[in-house]
Amino acid sequence: MLLAIAVPGLVYFLVFHYGALFGNVLAFMNYVPFLGIGGSEWVGLAHFERMFADPEFWNAVGNTLFIAVLQLVFFFPAPLALALLLHSIVGDTVRKFVQSVVYLPHFLSWVIVLALFQQMLGGAGVVNGWLSDLGVGGVSIVGNPDAYGPLVVAQLVWKECGWATIIFLAALSQVDEQQYEAAAIDGANWGRRLWHVTLPAIRPVIVLLLVLRLGEFLSIGFEQFFLQRQSVGPEAGEVLETFVYFTAFAGGDFGYAAAVGLFKGVIGIVLIYTANKVAHRLGEQGVYKA
Amino acid sequence: MSVTQAPAWMGRPSPAVRALKAVALTVVVLLVLFPLWTVLATSLAGPQEVIDNGGWVIWPSDFSFDAYGDILAGGIITRALLVSGAITLIGTALSLTCTIALAYTLSRPKVYGGKPMLLLVLFTFLFPPGMVPLFLVVQSAGLVDNYAALILPFLVNVFNLVVMRGFFQSIPQELIDAARMDGAGELAILRKVVLPLSKAVIAVIGLFYAVSYWNRFFEAIIYLNDQTMWPIGTVLRQYVTGGASISEAGGEAAAASPQSVQMAVVILATLPIVVVYPFLQRYFAKGVLTGALKA
Repeated sequence: MLLAIAVPGLVYFLVFHYGALFGNVLAFMNYVPFLGIGGSEWVGLAHFERMFADPEFWNAVGNTLFIAVLQLVFFFPAPLALALLLHSIVGDTVRKFVQSVVYLPHFLSWVIVLALFQQMLGGAGVVNGWLSDLGVGGVSIVGNPDAYGPLVVAQLVWKECGWATIIFLAALSQVDEQQYEAAAIDGANWGRRLWHVTLPAIRPVIVLLLVLRLGEFLSIGFEQFFLQRQSVGPEAGEVLETFVYFTAFAGGDFGYAAAVGLFKGVIGIVLIYTANKVAHRLGEQGVYKA
Repeated sequence: MSVTQAPAWMGRPSPAVRALKAVALTVVVLLVLFPLWTVLATSLAGPQEVIDNGGWVIWPSDFSFDAYGDILAGGIITRALLVSGAITLIGTALSLTCTIALAYTLSRPKVYGGKPMLLLVLFTFLFPPGMVPLFLVVQSAGLVDNYAALILPFLVNVFNLVVMRGFFQSIPQELIDAARMDGAGELAILRKVVLPLSKAVIAVIGLFYAVSYWNRFFEAIIYLNDQTMWPIGTVLRQYVTGGASISEAGGEAAAASPQSVQMAVVILATLPIVVVYPFLQRYFAKGVLTGALKA
């Protein structure tokens, strides 16, 4: 009986995950939708050879790495800072209110987040309105290729920073109160307590999250970049996943797109696997532990 | 955890520090709420006011619900909202049913084949399906131009499944054994013993599913060629980043300014999330989520 009720869920994983895994054979074919997998011609590694010689592919790799580094440097520490601020609030009501507010954007879709950014920072947006009221020339942020990297990271911080504090707040609530007391008696001020008590106590969590983030280094997201790629053009806006999308669904080149997707997927597996090995070595539990 | 009184060792922070903290918190809260506020204000402002202000309003003096009237009058956006609502309801019901059933089976210690099934599911953590191979699967399943393409490819989320399984495992085995002694079958145990104890986790996971179905927009672009089938997110995208004119959406005689109509669409797409949010919020405190996220 228990096996019977498990069937729909298992069929889902077999079809949409393992079936899709099998679909990667496209990467080795000149896939023509009309002919199907059975009728299309096998091309071996030709798509991969083309990929390594394709400047547009390398442009997408470069943009992906650039945005990934920006995310690591500017997005990773932001929730930690916000969590420390939230943790330091003594009043329960205020803290709960601020938490409710900062968690909210996590639940909005990227379409809405970008509509809000357009309204605030767009050419005819609120900020440019204020600037022109002050007699200062407008700033061009949305749709400006030079500002694209910082803009997408700012969007990510706005959307996910609050939600990402949850795990840090959980770690902060575990810190031993007696250590603070002892430090305070020894005359340690706020900054010294932070440096000598708080940060060492939550260091394992920070290290674990950092390692896991490095494991997903190339997973910078798709929808956010898909929505904005047109507004800045492919030179600045093309990342690996949008490259796959436009190659397949605008160019009709399914085999080549599948090859690029497979390449990214394999590197992703290697990174996640390595990150988990490192995390286990550090004595922490990784994302998977079968 | 809930200390309203600061512990003695903290001392009393100096007024400067407290002022600084208050400023920082106010800035954070305003950064989140202000954009939502101006969108709401613009959607409610009269057409002349929007033009006078250059396209946006912070404090409407001349209230008008014309923008909402325009888009709810039965045009493409009314339809898109109904589509999204239906997808969300049906998708959430299906996802919850399949997730609960599979999670319960995988949580029982002596199920035949349980270990290989668990590995089969957990292994998918490592390789999210690629966009092109997944498209191929959806296409060969005959789901193109079918609403099922917005539901079936996301039926069970591995993370939600693992959280649900963890919760079921924490239910004392004695309760289940006792019910079995009384002659209850496996399904009766699930329905009468396990589910009533799991209301909180079911509510949270159900809301996670509902939010993800409501917010989904990309899949409709590749799976639904017929644009009249599109859900609200996909339609909104056309106006926000696709450069399409919103006036087509409002029907023939639009009484509100295009900006107000556009912002009203954003508000209507956001509203269900904001309405559901407090319910989700209730469970944050119960530790359902922090416990789950740590796992």
